[in-house]
Amino acid sequence: MNLAVRCQNVVKVYDTGEQKVTALNGINLDIAMGELMMLVGPSGCGKTTLISVIAGILDQDDGRCEVLGENLIDMRSKDKLDFRARNVGFVFQAFNLLPSLNAAENVSIPLIINGVKRAEAEHKAIDVLEHVGLGERWQSLPSQLSGGQQQRVAIARALVHSPRLIVCDEPTSALDHETGHNVMTLLKDIALHKDRTLVIVTHDARIFGFADRIAEMDDGHIIKVKGAK
Amino acid sequence: MNHIALKMLMGDKGKYMGIVMGLTFASLIMTQQPAIFIGLMSRSYSFITDVGLSDIWVMDPKVQFVDDIKPLQDTELYRVRGISGVEWAMPMYKGLLKARLFDGRFQTCNVVGLDDATLIGGPPVMLEGKIDDLRRSDGVIVDIDGARDKLGKPSSAPGGKPIPLKVGDSLELNDRRAIVVGIAKITRTFQSQPVIYTTYSRATSYAPRERKLLSFVLVKAKKGQDLNELTRRISETTGLAAYTQAEFMTLTYEYFMDNTGIPINFGISVLLGFIVGAAIAGQTFYSFTLENLRQFGVLKAMGTGNWTLLRMILLQAVLVGSIGYGLGVGLTAIFGFAMRNTILAFKFPWQLLMFSGAGVSLICVFAALISIFKVIRLEPAIVFKG
Ligand SMILES: Nc1ncnc2c1ncn2[C@@H]1O[C@H](COP(=O)(O)OP(=O)(O)OP(=O)(O)O)[C@@H](O)[C@H]1O
Ligand SMILES: [Mg+2]
Repeated sequence: MNLAVRCQNVVKVYDTGEQKVTALNGINLDIAMGELMMLVGPSGCGKTTLISVIAGILDQDDGRCEVLGENLIDMRSKDKLDFRARNVGFVFQAFNLLPSLNAAENVSIPLIINGVKRAEAEHKAIDVLEHVGLGERWQSLPSQLSGGQQQRVAIARALVHSPRLIVCDEPTSALDHETGHNVMTLLKDIALHKDRTLVIVTHDARIFGFADRIAEMDDGHIIKVKGAK
Repeated sequence: MNHIALKMLMGDKGKYMGIVMGLTFASLIMTQQPAIFIGLMSRSYSFITDVGLSDIWVMDPKVQFVDDIKPLQDTELYRVRGISGVEWAMPMYKGLLKARLFDGRFQTCNVVGLDDATLIGGPPVMLEGKIDDLRRSDGVIVDIDGARDKLGKPSSAPGGKPIPLKVGDSLELNDRRAIVVGIAKITRTFQSQPVIYTTYSRATSYAPRERKLLSFVLVKAKKGQDLNELTRRISETTGLAAYTQAEFMTLTYEYFMDNTGIPINFGISVLLGFIVGAAIAGQTFYSFTLENLRQFGVLKAMGTGNWTLLRMILLQAVLVGSIGYGLGVGLTAIFGFAMRNTILAFKFPWQLLMFSGAGVSLICVFAALISIFKVIRLEPAIVFKG
């Protein structure tokens, strides 16, 4: 099995000064390349913390986390930025599109961060928007789009630079059932392929069926990993 | 990334206008108040600048400012003329005298006596008549504000505007007749009395009999003569004080700074304007960055480095700063233009432009810095927070 992510004994403690919260308490998890892995579990169990570590935007306090063959904690922060820019796509519950940029401009951001020229980046962005069914709406501002459409723009943004890892935190929670279902179909059909791994945090039991495997978390531990089907 | 920074800034028109207006207002109060202050303080020495032609002013060593007259003996004029490096030296009389108006009222006037032959030191702008008309017997030139107001004849209708004193009208100075031969425009000074120009000999004949009547000796240096060297030579030879025009202006200006409440009162309002302006501008820009923190977090998560974010914020700050500054200074200039013919003091030298420009830049950079600090310390992991 070609591994995309390997977490070994990952520990993360939030220290707010008054109080220490152990959000991850020795996580062991392997995720294969080409796999759609879901992270589920009760609120506060550490799901968001775990994908933050996997995506390289949060440092763990202990343990190893290898992503795409790189040990993130050993990387210099500049290399980590480059690593994220090249290899990671993000999809958020709250979409997090830049409100004053139109759809194409939003989608082009990862390319621009990677040094692609603006015109070329926006051209490519419109291509990808077509793939998610929004080719016509490339000029629309986020506020002119429905929630489902905004999430599709966000998915296009997560895809545009062909990253090998896409992390999604509750991508369907802000959407109604049908729209959520469509978004998941899109992720599974377009985003997933043999050289790309998707890690999706969700509460939403109705979309569990899209997963290749589901890791169940509780209180900072992985308690069970099972195949969905 | 620059175009993204600009779009972020201008995307929300309302907020964008808010920041620009904040900075405009800041620039406005940072330039308008000091302009009035400078205008007011420059009145302290406007008599000196009006005289113009001379390089050096010679006077009693105890004189503290231009209106502080301590007369010299007439012979001092000849001693100054004898010093090497002096092209010419002319006498000037300056003093307060009582004028009797045609209806019998008395009015204190600032009488200036100019060298009979050359009339050097006369008013800068003649509105009616010529300076040479002073050579006519009993001739005096009156300043326009004095002629219109304090020296005017009472209106025939009660409470109406006084009828201005005209060329050809007469008044009495110390029981001697004076005939108005010209009306001049002079730069306003701190003194509110009408100003009357006449010849030196006539002025001294109007003045009460005294042993000493010479107020100043105006000196022109020979070409190529170092002024500081000449002032030193004059004061060493005569025991009098000799100042270059700039030095005399500074002396006068500093006297007013040190001895009146103007600087402290005005200084406080200028300072307050600066602080209020800085607070408004800094606050609006800072809260703009705070509101966009999440967007910066998203960019950071996606791999944008701190330097790039820093550049984006600086670009935003520089842009709103320049626009706000331009508008603020523009408004100040319009204000000054609208007030040009009023009693309001207003002076807008390039130094002030630099000062307020530096002030606004300082505010913007400061606001940008604390914003940048916030963005640099930003944990990209906030992007997953609801
Ligand atoms: N920045 C932080 N500072 C302090 N404590 C934090 C911080 N972020 C998360 N926590 C705590 O860490 C624990 C795990 O949080 P995390 O956000 O990973 O949970 P989650 O599984 O994503 O929950 P949810 O389903 O509600 O999103 C929680 O107890 C939370 O309160
Ligand atoms: Mg969460």
